[in-house]
Amino acid sequence: MIRLNNIHRIFEVGDQQVHALNDVNLEINDGEYLSIMGPSGSGKSTLLNLLGLLDRPTSGEYILNDRKITTLSDDQQTELRRDQIGFVFQFFHLVPRLTALENIELPMVLAGISPAERRQRVEKILDAVGLEGRAHHKPEQLSGGQRQRVAIARATIMQPSVLLADEPTGNLDSVSGAEVIEVLEGLNRQGITLIVVTHDAALGGRAAREIKMVDGRIVNDINNAKARA
Amino acid sequence: MLIRDTLSLTFSALQSARARTSLMLVAMAIGVASVVVLTSLGEGARRYITDEFASLGTNLLIVLPGRSETSGGSASMFMSDTTRDLTLDDARALLRSSHIRRLAPVNVGASQLSWRERSRDVSVFGSSHDLLEIRHWTMSEGKFLPPLDMDQASPVCVIGVKLRRELFGNNNAIGQWVRLGDRRFRVIGVLATEGRTVGIDVEEVIVIPVASAQALFNEASLFRIIIEAKDRDAIKRASEFVKRTIRDRHQGEEDITLVTQDAVLATFDNIFRSLTYTVAGIAAISLAVAGILIMNVMLVSVSQRTAEIGILKALGASQRQIITLFLCEAAMLSLVGAFIGLLIGQGCSWLIGYFFPDITMGAPLWAVGAAIGVALITGLLFGAMPARNAARLDPVLALARR
Repeated sequence: MIRLNNIHRIFEVGDQQVHALNDVNLEINDGEYLSIMGPSGSGKSTLLNLLGLLDRPTSGEYILNDRKITTLSDDQQTELRRDQIGFVFQFFHLVPRLTALENIELPMVLAGISPAERRQRVEKILDAVGLEGRAHHKPEQLSGGQRQRVAIARATIMQPSVLLADEPTGNLDSVSGAEVIEVLEGLNRQGITLIVVTHDAALGGRAAREIKMVDGRIVNDINNAKARA
Repeated sequence: MLIRDTLSLTFSALQSARARTSLMLVAMAIGVASVVVLTSLGEGARRYITDEFASLGTNLLIVLPGRSETSGGSASMFMSDTTRDLTLDDARALLRSSHIRRLAPVNVGASQLSWRERSRDVSVFGSSHDLLEIRHWTMSEGKFLPPLDMDQASPVCVIGVKLRRELFGNNNAIGQWVRLGDRRFRVIGVLATEGRTVGIDVEEVIVIPVASAQALFNEASLFRIIIEAKDRDAIKRASEFVKRTIRDRHQGEEDITLVTQDAVLATFDNIFRSLTYTVAGIAAISLAVAGILIMNVMLVSVSQRTAEIGILKALGASQRQIITLFLCEAAMLSLVGAFIGLLIGQGCSWLIGYFFPDITMGAPLWAVGAAIGVALITGLLFGAMPARNAARLDPVLALARR
């Protein structure tokens, strides 16, 4: 479970202060499917980075799975990020010189997991994201959709509780975009908490819960599931 | 992170930037190679000189008439004329010491040597039977001077191998009578060619009994006395004894100069050792330059790989892991570069040794170890800053850049 209490994030740009997040309060239950929408500069990416422990709030409290994140040391946060959080980016961010398999392995390499166990897990996940036979291809030899599926495999190989996706279809054509969304929603159905940041109203509308942000504040929190029902 | 994975990640990073990697390897290799070549040159020169002196004989003590300081000679040496000659009686008196194994009085001069119609100018050594042992000479034919009493003259001579060739050609030399100045001597032996020796050319020398030389040159004074001490420890006591004895015999004046072979050797040894250190130090500068190049190229590499570093951080790489990865890269570069440099250096040393066989080439072990060590340390030292920069990179910014 994720809980944000009175989160502020202020950036110093020159001598100006930018209030990227302004008193954000949010509670997300395990296994939820949530989209964060808003115009650019509304703070949605900052919120995502904060949830993913890539950034720290200027003030406020962040509780993840009953642990107070804001008081943890850098190393503890790093470890938590490795084990609990998966990232999927708009530009895939694969390491170009490593093969698909090696990219997927990376988090396990960092965690010091033995090669035998890594192989087992990678094989399983390659099947799950439909990339059998592509294991030894470099990113440049893969299509955009395939690259994003490698990225998803990499993000979920440590079986995190939260999957954060920043415009996951922003760089894909509609067909491969739909495939990627299919994979992500499948993972959500298996119990992972899925949080998607997007401009795309159609994509945002698919989520069970839709959050709208403007100027660093949450202005709207719609429960689509209830509305649909 | 497992060591194996760290190495393979590092290796793939280096492999993906071939130009950069080979540039750094070349820089490191040149640095290490120059250390190896220059130190082996220095060492070779040192060994050459010390071998030269060792070939003079062992535990030698040389007595020269006249008092002179090694620091350029005292004024009195030139002002007064009180120097007494060094005589055969002095030499005989020295033989009484138990610290002295044997000694040879030496008299030198130049004269004309002739056999039948051939003749040439030669340097003449007047000495005794023991000179052969003291100088570690060997005979190629016949015998050396017989063990006569020092002041007993005898018309026999021993000649160098070149003299023998020039004078006698294919004729048998042993037993022939030659004319030296206004006297006749019978050749009883030929000295073998020495590999090398300092000062005199053994191939062109003629040795006669010291008393004969005194008569030949009409000169009672000795050129020097060469003493071989019992062993290394006896050198000091032997030289004490020499000084005391000569002082007693020369009315209380110590008008001789003692040169110990060890002192000369040690001096040369020191000079050449410090030369080697200096040269190694100069070569080490190129290692430092290589280190700076490594730093420079690694800084570029960090800025080119911000996105990759950002990904690693997002995937849960700690700062320490990222530092480890980059330092590992620097270390691998330095070690491989050092290894290549070592091969090049040894190759060059071998080539120099091949063309100048007199110099025993070969970098001392300490230099090889130091070169590799310094290469590794420079790599790590200069890799530290880029590695720290990488570790401190803000992942949000690193990933935002595209």
